[in-house]
Amino acid sequence: MSDRLAPTRTAEFEARLKKRYAAERRFKMAGLGAILFSVGVLAFLLVTMGFNGIGGFQRAEMDVPIDFTQAGLSGDPALLAQPDAAQTLEAQGLPSIVDFYAEQQLGSEGAAQISASAWRLVADGIIADPTILRETVTFSLPASPKLAAGLNGEGAPEMRALAKTLSDEGKLETKLDLGFLERADATDPQQVGIWGALKGSMLTMIVTLLMAFPIGVMAALYLEEYAPKNRWTDLIEVSINNLAAVPSIIFGLLGLAVFLWIFPNMRSAPLIGGMTLALMTMPVIVISGRNAIKAVPPSIRDGALAVGASPVQVVFHHVLPLALPGILTGTIIGMARALGETAPLLMIGMRAFVATPPQDFTSPATVLPVQIFLWSDEIDRGFVERTSAAIIVLLIFLLLMNGLAIYLRNRFEKKW
Amino acid sequence: MVTVVHPNLEDTDAKMSARDVSVFYGDKKAIDDVSIDIPTKYVTAFIGPSGCGKSTFLRTLNRMNDTIPSARVEGEITLDGEDIYRSRMDVVQLRARVGMVFQKPNPFPKSIYDNVAYGPKIHGLVSNKTETDEVVEKSLRRAGLWTEVKDRLDDSGTALSGGQQQRLCIARAIAVDPEVILMDEPCSALDPIATAKIEELIDELNGRYAIVIVTHSMQQAARVSQRTAFFHLGKMVEYGRTSDIFTNPLEKRTQDYITGRYG
Repeated sequence: MSDRLAPTRTAEFEARLKKRYAAERRFKMAGLGAILFSVGVLAFLLVTMGFNGIGGFQRAEMDVPIDFTQAGLSGDPALLAQPDAAQTLEAQGLPSIVDFYAEQQLGSEGAAQISASAWRLVADGIIADPTILRETVTFSLPASPKLAAGLNGEGAPEMRALAKTLSDEGKLETKLDLGFLERADATDPQQVGIWGALKGSMLTMIVTLLMAFPIGVMAALYLEEYAPKNRWTDLIEVSINNLAAVPSIIFGLLGLAVFLWIFPNMRSAPLIGGMTLALMTMPVIVISGRNAIKAVPPSIRDGALAVGASPVQVVFHHVLPLALPGILTGTIIGMARALGETAPLLMIGMRAFVATPPQDFTSPATVLPVQIFLWSDEIDRGFVERTSAAIIVLLIFLLLMNGLAIYLRNRFEKKW
Repeated sequence: MVTVVHPNLEDTDAKMSARDVSVFYGDKKAIDDVSIDIPTKYVTAFIGPSGCGKSTFLRTLNRMNDTIPSARVEGEITLDGEDIYRSRMDVVQLRARVGMVFQKPNPFPKSIYDNVAYGPKIHGLVSNKTETDEVVEKSLRRAGLWTEVKDRLDDSGTALSGGQQQRLCIARAIAVDPEVILMDEPCSALDPIATAKIEELIDELNGRYAIVIVTHSMQQAARVSQRTAFFHLGKMVEYGRTSDIFTNPLEKRTQDYITGRYG
């Protein structure tokens, strides 16, 4: 008989087999490399942000004891309850009292480096609790940006020397600054806070959600369930898909041209910002919503129709509950994109310097990414760390939103 | 070619009748000139090879074809003498009177209780919890599922086995107390034991509802039905008593099919 081997047992076949396995290994390695690269970049970003950001949640402060019994301030509670209590205290000479005690404690050079508006902190303390006027209280007052830079070993040599002297005497310290989460923008990096921008972002997101979600879901439902399939609906579908790809600054121009034309005195308002971002988010919700609705098995619809459910009942009792997880996922993706958006908001004036947190949807505000953009533009060295801290706040906000999305999705998810 | 109707068929009380019904999908004619009377008191089986149009015809009887945009129906179908396509009968009301059970069990992803209670609730047939409980129990009992599920009515309907799911779908259909129940190959996704249970159930429901069943299995048609219609290539070839169709077919094509020569 012939000693011919079966074609799958020849040496050539084994060589080809080796090559196939080698190709698979190469492919695996390439994939692994891609993952490692992404993880590395992410880790680098988080570590850098973390290190810089820690500094952003701290600031250089000096302890100044103030003996109010000698200060001669009138502690009339009725006056201090007035909204202009701070001005009253200023008129009574509070700034010079603060300067006096600062000089006593820190010397004239040190006192000069107390932040110029430090007396306001003292005034806030008095207004919060007028009884301190009968005792000696130690306030931690923020140092000037120059001295703060000096403490970090930067800036002018004389400031570095002064910072060293004061910190050696235990009078200048870097302290945790939780006030960063309560204040708004300021010109002095020692005085800035993120709350203004955070609240602005929250208000803007609420407007975006309230506008984009119902309109987007209704549009998706109509297109999927009711609209006839013809040239017009095809055109609408293509337009919506294209809308999702339009550069965001174009939406900003639209907001500027339309919304600010309708509401001319609402420049910088979260209402306008939210409406502009809603335009951007809506197509994302429509597209993901349609896909989620399409994924509902037709057998469920048939079952409902066959017991005599009307089309609206089929939609609201069966299709929408089953599509909701998918719709929510799409919504959160759209919202996360809107949360990180800067360009369109610049167009409608949300880059203004806003030193007080917004009161409501119509008061001037800024948002987190715009605040980061503004601070990254500042010359003062102190803003670098504040910027990183703001980025951390933005990332945590995003993380919370995504967490909420995952929770909602798991909650509404049903098997069929 | 006209349908051959066995001469000894003496049904007088037709629940539904079709006259010269043709169904088109776009330009394609799926059903060609079908005329049939569905008796009130019997089970009627539609048999025939795949793609012969028996399921399409079944779906015209409660206008489920309306959901397919390209489908078009010609001819006349009546329910108790009322034309269901042209009269003022509402399609929602029609489907409440003509229920349907599908090939693949399709319980809603809700609890067993809610599956059965859904129809009566949307039609306002029940007004309080007690009445709903009664309807749910009665329907599940009639569907032969009550003893198996009475202790877990809050479990999801999709957690049941395939046969139980199909009986749940039957319970869901009879909960609105229809006059006609259409069954589209109700056992094709089930094992023989579950199939036997469904067939028993059809026997029990027979007489209370007019039942129309589409089936691939000729043995099943012979077992459960009293009337059989044989469909082939969109036409209804032969219609008569089940016993006559299986023992004494008048048409060669029918004979070829039931003897297993094709299909």
